[in-house]
Amino acid sequence: MTISNLNLVGTLPLLFLSAWACGLLLVDLWIPGDRKHMTGWMALSGFAITFFWVSSNLGQREEAFGGMLAIDGFSNLLHLVFLGSGILATLLALNYLKQHDIERGEFYPLMLFSVVGMMIMSMAKDLIVVFLALEMLSIPLYVLVGFARTRADSEESALKYFLLGAFSSAFQVYGIALIYGATQATGFAAIGDAVAISGASPLLLAGIGLMLVGLAFKVSAVPLHMWTPDVYQGAPSVVTGFMSVGAKAAGFAAIVRIFFSAFHSLAADWAPVIVLFAVLSTVIGNVAAISQTSIKRMLAFSSIAHAGYVFVAIVPGGYGALSDFAASAVIFYLAAYGLTNIGAWSVVIAVDHADGMGSDISNYAGLARRSPGLAAAMTLFMLSLTGLPPTMGFVAKFYVFRAALAAGYTWLVVVGVVTVLISAYYYLRVIVVMWMNSGDGQVVTPRALNFTVGVTAAATLVLGLLPGPLMAIVESSVRGLF
Amino acid sequence: MTAELIIFVLLAVIAVAAALGMLLSSNAIYSALFLVVNFGVVATFYLLLGAPFIAMVQVTVYAGAIMVLFLFVIMLLGAERLRHPNQVLSWQQPLAVVLVMALLGFAGYVVSMQGLASPPVDVANTVSYGSPAAIGELLFREYLFPFEATSLLLLSAMVGVVVLTAVDARRGVSRGVSRDRRS
Repeated sequence: MTISNLNLVGTLPLLFLSAWACGLLLVDLWIPGDRKHMTGWMALSGFAITFFWVSSNLGQREEAFGGMLAIDGFSNLLHLVFLGSGILATLLALNYLKQHDIERGEFYPLMLFSVVGMMIMSMAKDLIVVFLALEMLSIPLYVLVGFARTRADSEESALKYFLLGAFSSAFQVYGIALIYGATQATGFAAIGDAVAISGASPLLLAGIGLMLVGLAFKVSAVPLHMWTPDVYQGAPSVVTGFMSVGAKAAGFAAIVRIFFSAFHSLAADWAPVIVLFAVLSTVIGNVAAISQTSIKRMLAFSSIAHAGYVFVAIVPGGYGALSDFAASAVIFYLAAYGLTNIGAWSVVIAVDHADGMGSDISNYAGLARRSPGLAAAMTLFMLSLTGLPPTMGFVAKFYVFRAALAAGYTWLVVVGVVTVLISAYYYLRVIVVMWMNSGDGQVVTPRALNFTVGVTAAATLVLGLLPGPLMAIVESSVRGLF
Repeated sequence: MTAELIIFVLLAVIAVAAALGMLLSSNAIYSALFLVVNFGVVATFYLLLGAPFIAMVQVTVYAGAIMVLFLFVIMLLGAERLRHPNQVLSWQQPLAVVLVMALLGFAGYVVSMQGLASPPVDVANTVSYGSPAAIGELLFREYLFPFEATSLLLLSAMVGVVVLTAVDARRGVSRGVSRDRRS
C-alpha cells in the first residue's frame, strides 16, 4: 500500500472528530466541576464544524485506507444524520445533566466517540471495520445509558443493554468468521466477487444469518427487540433520544452497504428474511405500543415499528435497478425519523422535568393550555411519526412504500399501511390528551430545549411541505453507488 | 512427518483431557488451572503450524494475563466451590444434550455440504507466514485502519470504565457506597 491510497484528506472530517474527542478528554481535566457545560459547548462546536465540513462536500466518490472505507454520498448523508442527532442531543444534555445532578465532563467525549463509531459504520467496506465500528458506537452507549448511575433503573437498563449487546456482538463475529470461511475475504468487493462465482453455500448463508442477528439487534427489529422498552425507559432521556436515532441509523447503514454490495447476487436468499423482519417489527411494534401508559415505552415500541418500515425500504434493494431507489428511501426515512424522534424526546424531557409531572401519557393532559408551543410541536411530531401530511414522516413513508411497490411487494405495502392505521390510535391519543383533557402544572423549558424543539418542528414541517430539494440531493448522492 | 504426528496426537490428548478436566472439576481454581494447561497446549499447536507469533500471543495474553484475572476474581470472591452442582442445573442437563446434538448435527451438515475447504494460504510453503514481521506488515499496512480504530475503541472503553467506577470528587464518596447507605 502506498500513501496515495490511504487518502487521509478524504477522511479528514472523521479524523478531525476523533482527534477532537481525544483532545476534549484532556481539556476537560482543567475545567472545574461546576462548569462542565463548557465541555458540552466544545463538543457541540466539534460536531458543528464536522457537520458543515461534511455537508460542504456531499457528492464525493472516494475510497480510503486501501478500500476499507468508502467516502460517498451515502456515507456523507448519514454522517449528517449522526452529527445532527449529536448536536441536538448535546444541546439537550447541557441542561438535562445539571438538572438530574449527573453532570460529568466525560459525557460529551463519550458521545463524540459514539458518533465517530457511527460514522465509520456508514463508511465501512470491510467486515472487520463493520465489527469495530459497531463496538465503537455501542460501548460508549452502554456507559451513557448507565450515566445516571445512582438511579437503579438506569443501572438496570445499562446492564441489560450491555449483556444483550455483547451477546449479539458475539453472534456477529461468529457470522463474520463463517463468511470469511466461505469466501476467504472480508472486504465487500472481494466477498461480492467470491459469492458471484460460488453462489450460496450453507456455510455462507449461516454466516449471513448470524451477522444479521447482530445488526438487527442494534436497530431493534422484532424478534431481537426485547431490550428496547426497558433500556429506553431507564436510560437518561437525552441518551435515549440520541441512541434511538444514531444507533438505528448506523445499523441500517451497515445493513444497506453489506447487502446491496457484498451479497447483492444472493437477494433471493436474504430478501425473505428482511421481509420477515419488516412484517414482524411493524405489526408487533405497533400493536404492543397501544397498551403502553408510559410515553417512553410507547416511543420505544414506536421505534421498533419504525425499524420495520426501514426494512420495507431495504427489500427492493435486491432488485438491481431499484437499489439506488431503496437506498435513498432508507436515507430519507432515517433523516425524517431522526428529526421527529429527537423532537419528541425533547418534549418528553421538558414534561418530565416539570413539577408534578412524569412520563405517563396522562401527564400530558392539558399541555396545550399550559404550554401551547410545546403542545403544537408535539402534535406535529406525533403526526409525523404516524405518517400523516403535511409532515416529513408522511413523505418518508410515501417513498418507502413507493420503493416496495416498484419491486412488486404490494402485500407488504398493504401490511405497512394497515400498521400505520394501527399506530394512528396511540399517536393521536397523545394529541387528544394534550388538547382535549385538562390538567395542571407549569412547564418551564430552558432555552436550549426550546431551540431543539423549534428546529426539529420547523424541519419536520418544512421538509414535509417541500421534500423535493432534499430528495433530489439524496437521489443524486447515492445514484449508481449500489 | 510421523514424529510430528505423534507429538500432535500426544498434545491433542492432553488438550482434550485438560478441557474435560476444566469442565468437570467442581473447584473453580482447578478449572482455571486446567484451562491454563489447555491454553499452553494450544500454543504449542500454533508452534507446530509454524505460527510462532500467535503462539507467543496465546501464552502471554490468554495463559498469562487473562488467567491471572480469572484466578484473581475467583479468589477475591471466594467462589472456589460450586455449592449445589446438581440442583442448580438439573433440568437443564437433558436440554443441553439435545442442544449439543442439534449443534453437532448442524455443523456436520454444513461441513458435509461445504466440504473442508483448502486453507487460503499454503502454509507449508510460506516461510514467513505468521511470523512477527509478516503480522506487523499486515497490521501497519493493509489493516492500518482497523488497528487504529481499535486503539480508539479501547480508549473509549477505558473512559467508560472510569465513568462507571470513579469516586465522585464533589461528594467525596464513591457513588456506589452512597447508594448503599441510602437504601
